[in-house]
Amino acid sequence: MDIHEYQAKEILARFGVPVPRGGLAYSPEQAGYRARELGGNAWVVKAQIHSGGRGAAGGVKLCCSEDEVREFASTLFGRQLVTRQTDAAGKGVYRVWVEGASDIAQELYLGFVLDRTSERIMIVASAHGGMEIEDLAATDPTSLKRMTIDPAVGLSEFQARELAFGLGLKAGQVAQMVTILRACYRAYRDLDATMVEINPLVITGAGELVALDAKMSFDTNALFRRPEIHELRDRSQEDPRESTAGDYGLAYVGLDGDIGCIINGAGLAMATMDMIKLAGGEPANFLDIGGGASPERVVRAFRTVLADRNVSVILVNIFAGINRCDWVAEGVVQAYREVGLTLPVVVRLAGTNVEEGKRILEGSGLPLITADTLAEAADRAVAARAKLAA
Amino acid sequence: MAILVTDRTPVIVQGISGRIGQFHAADMIRYGTNVVGGVTPGKGGSQVLDRPVFNTVREAVAATGAEASLVFVPPPFAADAIMEAADAGIRTAVCVTDGIPSQDMMKVKRFLRRYPEDRKMRLVGPNCAGVISPGQGFLGIMPPHIYMAGRVGIVGRSGTLGYEAASQMKALGIGVSTSVGIGGDPINGSSFKDILALFEADPDTDAVMMIGEIGGPQEAEAAAWVRDHMTKPVVAYIAGLSAPKGRKMGHAGAIISAFGESAQEKVEILSAAGITVAPNPSAMGETVARVLSLRAAA
Repeated sequence: MDIHEYQAKEILARFGVPVPRGGLAYSPEQAGYRARELGGNAWVVKAQIHSGGRGAAGGVKLCCSEDEVREFASTLFGRQLVTRQTDAAGKGVYRVWVEGASDIAQELYLGFVLDRTSERIMIVASAHGGMEIEDLAATDPTSLKRMTIDPAVGLSEFQARELAFGLGLKAGQVAQMVTILRACYRAYRDLDATMVEINPLVITGAGELVALDAKMSFDTNALFRRPEIHELRDRSQEDPRESTAGDYGLAYVGLDGDIGCIINGAGLAMATMDMIKLAGGEPANFLDIGGGASPERVVRAFRTVLADRNVSVILVNIFAGINRCDWVAEGVVQAYREVGLTLPVVVRLAGTNVEEGKRILEGSGLPLITADTLAEAADRAVAARAKLAA
Repeated sequence: MAILVTDRTPVIVQGISGRIGQFHAADMIRYGTNVVGGVTPGKGGSQVLDRPVFNTVREAVAATGAEASLVFVPPPFAADAIMEAADAGIRTAVCVTDGIPSQDMMKVKRFLRRYPEDRKMRLVGPNCAGVISPGQGFLGIMPPHIYMAGRVGIVGRSGTLGYEAASQMKALGIGVSTSVGIGGDPINGSSFKDILALFEADPDTDAVMMIGEIGGPQEAEAAAWVRDHMTKPVVAYIAGLSAPKGRKMGHAGAIISAFGESAQEKVEILSAAGITVAPNPSAMGETVARVLSLRAAA
């Protein structure tokens, strides 16, 4: 789960990371008021969306008067900001952060991630910040310093010092860096984060280290014990189809094709998408109905897939272990009745209670296209689509 | 022989009193698995499915001699249950639970390392379908009738895709020695490499079908191990050729976030290590058949 920059800054500041003074605005007027409140003569106005690349997309601006702050903010509110990390629809701007401009002498990169090789939290840092980590890894890989943290011991001072000196920091800044590293680690660990990123972490003209930007993501599996983090969820930043599907226990990811998929199991869902592509079609979505799916959940899956207007054929592929083919079959029949399905539907059932499931489908008298194997199912879905187009 | 579970392995179920735990324990017993008891804190002294229930794993091991445990405990308590099994002397634990926090698994992995090699517990999962040695027994949630007993091992992240492979093989008359689901989480107990090493050492396994997916470094690590150490043929399939970068595809671990984590890159890495990669998911069975017949002819 992602949160906004300003929320990440508030959290990190609480753990001891220095951040610029700033204020949140929900309207252009409020943005102007925040600038006056902060004082000074230069402010940075930043669109708050769950995406990086906001600067290049025109979501961040240095403003030199209250009027300019208000004017720029008025162009942001309600706008869909398209960055290179969002899809073509972009993300809506409903909050704007205004902070005092900083005097920047050097930009560093600092990130904390879960390293799947060592199965530990890893620090990634570079003396050359400001650009995306992917670009940094591509253009300047030797500048990246990595360090893993023993979960039983935590981040030791010597490790933090080693990293700070390794980045070429001066003696006066090393102590500041050690404080920042340990604060980020504690925030990561104590709040079940999956990512903390400060990019850039700047050294000001006066030699102070300040987090100019901040990003945090959290482990959704741990939200049950982090209610204060769960509260920060902002549904306006999520794909409404994906979050609604999630509320019903369905894992859904919208894609660009037109063959809607209803599958059980993440691996089989990916494999079915691969098979559709190989047969010459394009999947409209990834959808895993999960284990023990009731007929109702199957109907919900149909509704979710059909909400995508590009969908012209639906492929149901179930290899039931913890699921039951008869329940899925009942769900398919119910979906026909309740949703008023007119699209071709290809169904392949295998595994637990498959005979009963097939009987239910046959007895329904519905114009279903059935298949016995994965390859058959994909071929028939693509053929049904071709027939529609013809 | 098979690996991890045979018809003689004494098995307990942690969480046997729960609805789901009881349902699957009954299935395991019907199949012939040697289930000797269960553990549910606070329910010690009662009976479930005519098996004794204990308050702690330590008591269960002392009374039944259990060597393997199936962990059916909800996510907030699952990591603790796994560590309890390790400390009580269980040799193999299979955890089906989906949704365990990453940092809990980090702690579990660190905890397992404190035991000397000869009493270290092997963990399979979490978020997996389990382990089955067809005709002998199973720990997990798979439909056991789709597996035919034989001499090819299966190891995969996805449960359902493992079923798919087993049924394609069965249709061609190819049986399975043991099928192992290592689970879809970013941090798991056993990696592909760990299970491949067991199959390499198992006299009843002739070849292995390995089913990977996008995300994480474990397929590449396995490829290097196969190239350097494995004498038996390995067939692989990687799911997610059509998965977009940066999007989580159902499994917590199925996300392309670094170099070498896309399906295309993994296929290249595996092929370069001499592994035969099935061109698509419906050709897993026939690719295994082809590799076996080539080996028989050689």
